Amino acid sequence: MIKVLTALGLVDARRLLDNREISAAELTDAHLNWIDEIDEQVKAFITPMHEQARGMAADADRAIAAGEASPMTGIPVALKDIFCTVDAPTSAASEILKGYRSPMDATVVERLRAARAVFVGKTNTDEFAMGSSTENSAFFTTHNPWDLERVPGGSSGGSSAAVAANEAMVSLGSDTGGSIRQPAGFCGVVGMKPTYGRVSRFGLIAFASSLDQIGPFSRCVEDSAMTLQAIAGHDRRDATSAPVEVPDYLEELRAGVKGLRVGIAEEFSSVEGMEPGVKEACEAAYAMFSELGAELVPVQLPNAKYALPTYYITAPAEASANLARFDGVKYGLNIESDTLLDTYLRTRGEGFGPEVKRRIMLGTYALASGYYDAYYVKAQKVRTLIKRDFDRAFEGVDVILAPTSPTVAFKIGARVDDPLQMYLSDIFTIPANMAGLPGISIPCGFSEGLPVSLQIMGPAFGESVIFRAAHAYEQATTWHKERPALLRERADTTV
Amino acid sequence: MISEGHQVKLELETVERIAALARLGLSQDEMERMREQLSVVLDHISMLEEVPTEDIPPTAQVIELQNIMRDDVVEPSLSQEQVLLNAPRSEDGFIKVKAVLDAS
Amino acid sequence: MEFRTVIGLEVHTQVLTETKMFCGCSAAASDVPNTHVCAVCLGMPGVLPTVNRAAVEKTVMTGLALDCTIPRFNRFDRKNYMYPDQMKGYQISQYELPMAVSGFLDVEVEGETTRVGITRVHLEEDTARLVHRSGPDGDYSLVDVNRSGVPLMEIVSDPDITSPQQARLYLVALRRILRYIGASSGNMEEGALRCDANISQRSEDGLIVGPKVEIKNMNSFRSVERALDYEIERQRAALRNGETLVQETRGWVETQGITVSQRTKEFADDYRYLPEPDLPPVEFDEAWIGMISTSMAELPVARRDRFVADFGLSFHDADVLTDDVIVADYYEQAIASSGGHYREVATWVSGELFALARNRGGFEYVTVTPEHLSEIVTMVASGEINALTGKSVLLDTAESGTAPRQIVMDQGLTQVSDASIVDDVVREIVAANPKAVEDYRSGKQAVVGFLIGQAMKQMRGRGNPDVVRQALLRTLDNT
Repeated sequence: MIKVLTALGLVDARRLLDNREISAAELTDAHLNWIDEIDEQVKAFITPMHEQARGMAADADRAIAAGEASPMTGIPVALKDIFCTVDAPTSAASEILKGYRSPMDATVVERLRAARAVFVGKTNTDEFAMGSSTENSAFFTTHNPWDLERVPGGSSGGSSAAVAANEAMVSLGSDTGGSIRQPAGFCGVVGMKPTYGRVSRFGLIAFASSLDQIGPFSRCVEDSAMTLQAIAGHDRRDATSAPVEVPDYLEELRAGVKGLRVGIAEEFSSVEGMEPGVKEACEAAYAMFSELGAELVPVQLPNAKYALPTYYITAPAEASANLARFDGVKYGLNIESDTLLDTYLRTRGEGFGPEVKRRIMLGTYALASGYYDAYYVKAQKVRTLIKRDFDRAFEGVDVILAPTSPTVAFKIGARVDDPLQMYLSDIFTIPANMAGLPGISIPCGFSEGLPVSLQIMGPAFGESVIFRAAHAYEQATTWHKERPALLRERADTTV
Repeated sequence: MISEGHQVKLELETVERIAALARLGLSQDEMERMREQLSVVLDHISMLEEVPTEDIPPTAQVIELQNIMRDDVVEPSLSQEQVLLNAPRSEDGFIKVKAVLDAS
Repeated sequence: MEFRTVIGLEVHTQVLTETKMFCGCSAAASDVPNTHVCAVCLGMPGVLPTVNRAAVEKTVMTGLALDCTIPRFNRFDRKNYMYPDQMKGYQISQYELPMAVSGFLDVEVEGETTRVGITRVHLEEDTARLVHRSGPDGDYSLVDVNRSGVPLMEIVSDPDITSPQQARLYLVALRRILRYIGASSGNMEEGALRCDANISQRSEDGLIVGPKVEIKNMNSFRSVERALDYEIERQRAALRNGETLVQETRGWVETQGITVSQRTKEFADDYRYLPEPDLPPVEFDEAWIGMISTSMAELPVARRDRFVADFGLSFHDADVLTDDVIVADYYEQAIASSGGHYREVATWVSGELFALARNRGGFEYVTVTPEHLSEIVTMVASGEINALTGKSVLLDTAESGTAPRQIVMDQGLTQVSDASIVDDVVREIVAANPKAVEDYRSGKQAVVGFLIGQAMKQMRGRGNPDVVRQALLRTLDNT
């Protein structure tokens, strides 16, 4: 069997590394060389970490030689540049954090480092994870490997594009309203947003604290499960991380979907602006579940349609507080002016990009006296209703299916001047965040030559059943095996 | 309150007040654009008015935890050098800033 | 026109804990800036707060000590305002659901007990310290983050206080309780306890209600009283003269003894509170409250009454001994080995030990252990040494740390009560002072003291004063 090293999945790579057929150094070099070759076009990385990666690979090889390998040892991983790292700058793709060096690793980074994974670089994102296309990065826009004129989705577009373009085997992103699932969907890879509280948020630069959650990108469901396994679990530094044991996600991965009750919500079947190609592919996917022996059950989520407006109050409100620390005093950009007030105004006025400013404004407005009850309190009450809908639905079903996004990847620049249109891109992913529930996005077809993806949502801490359903679908289809044309002509190290 | 009639249109004064509260220095152009774009988003948000919520408790957090606390045991701090490493300006071990706004 | 004064006090006090409110940095003050600082209390990107259990429990304990209700649920909120002393751009505080509500504190004013309601007690974090400097390019400020995140408790009184004196006594009583239960050092000069006051005037007929004025920058209990005295006069004069008073914040200027209006802020306050999403709520059950209640020290009033009832002390002595928890603890340790000499120990503590404490700058610097004091009191009571010797032994022990009994033995300070020895000394003194004897005969009783002093000197202070006096009188009368 001949395989390109950068095309390997975790299971194969693990076997080859453990059998000493390849070294972590070779695997890492293959990825770094490929990044050098292809990233000029994809632009997935803000900070490549070649030097650090080679050092980590050498450590990984020593660990493997000593028989101390863990599942992630020697695996090339890309990190969204929203996670704090001690050995590379952390920017949140913002001018306001230019040059910032964190004194700590995020908990997820610390756990992967302890497992001797290899960090190949820090990936592009919408500034402070606010956006659905990476066009809000202060530095540059990442390109979709399937069509370089299109966005990779966002905000974790760099992490999804890096995995889609074989620049990393797996990567980490964060998802506040769909920022893992939507870009995974646009790039035709697997993106998992775990239950709120499943993965520690410590060291994740906060966007909306009650919604943010970290999860993996990969090219197959099993890799997603293995990566989540490595980062999940309680962390005493995050008071909202669940002190609940993490199950072995591989245990019931192959249990199939026979007898599984799969919910289909009318509310997710059509929305304004939904592309027919997306609708068709998703409906075909639902039918496939039925063919595989699952029982399709209609569920009602009457308040799901309010998730988007609820989100655009809650998330900006929390963000307006979370981003108040960027004042030019302790770190980052400082535009010195005559008075302290002017220094604040100019540093923040020039340091934040337009979308971040919009959301700070929106959140400040929603919390300001006179508007608080009508906006912030109202949104929190509707959030209760959204959560109750899901609680009720999951009494009768094991998972709920939905499209990941109403459209395929759109053209770069197509929505930048229309915030609301951009926001609508997350209409199917936001409900899970509002309820704190896990969801995965997996490839389920193509429309106009671009990936279409299916979202599978589960009950709180129901990641296992989601992986199981996703894996069964993946095994029965070949969508995940399709690779972007960009990758076809390449020839790197093979085994 | 959210919308009078059916088209939300923010007053420019409101945009200015909010920008001042948020300590965001915006140009007049930005203020005007912000007014347009926020009005569109707030208009969309106004659909929440149709949801009856009188007896519904608010949800600020979805995770059902309480009393997550730590013991009162000292852990290492950063060195002064590390504290000041990222500070744009410092002096004598302090972070330096422009004179504060007022005495209160 | 007659006016009534309405005062409410807001006390902020640092909670006595090892670590900060939301991180593991030391909460202790440091002379070196920015050394008790981590990523969390510096407000770096990506950090999360974790709640210090001890701070929560001490706040609840304070609530219990002030007869408050402890609501079952409380939670933290973000109070948004950007300022260089606020590392995150918001302060984690409590707004809608504080830790304790609806209590009271009894304050004795000139022998009369007055009750001041407690509105609420909540927990928050302290701000960084700002130091102001001037340079060639103008004024600037320096930030020391050490204080950022130190647990801070806010105790808000109802507007029940009617006079500046009562305000001061409220603070005295409150601080005593805080120190008793170990919730706060109560040190106002070091900023561990701060007080703001709201004060307004109301005409007796209730028709005129002056606006509420907030007074800040009062750095001692005395300055609180002075500032309020000043403010009452200022407000009443204005109301009588028909001037308009405005609702405002005024600062107390200690050196001039006046309050001045503080410049209004650039923007009106709008703190935009929101529930702190990074922290789950706190829920108390009866077992937890019971545990906190059980571990709470006896409060000052109860202790004073017990000292009177159990140790036979006067109300005044008991009051003096229970004013400071360190003194009260010391006293109880000392009497444990004093063989029931409760009143004697009380006299020694409030006399000699207080004098020693004054010289050393505080009772906490008194090095004589309670057991050593008890030893001295016991030796004096049994006549083993006289009181004068006891006092010098106390000073010796304070200096050297040597046990009192050891000092008495080493220096041979045992009291001399043997009449034959004393008689010999007295005869010698009488013989050596014929002039004094003559004066005594001519009716000058005062020379007796002089002669006793001479005899005691001869005996290096060890003579039993009663035996010496009797021997002297006998000798004088029989010569």
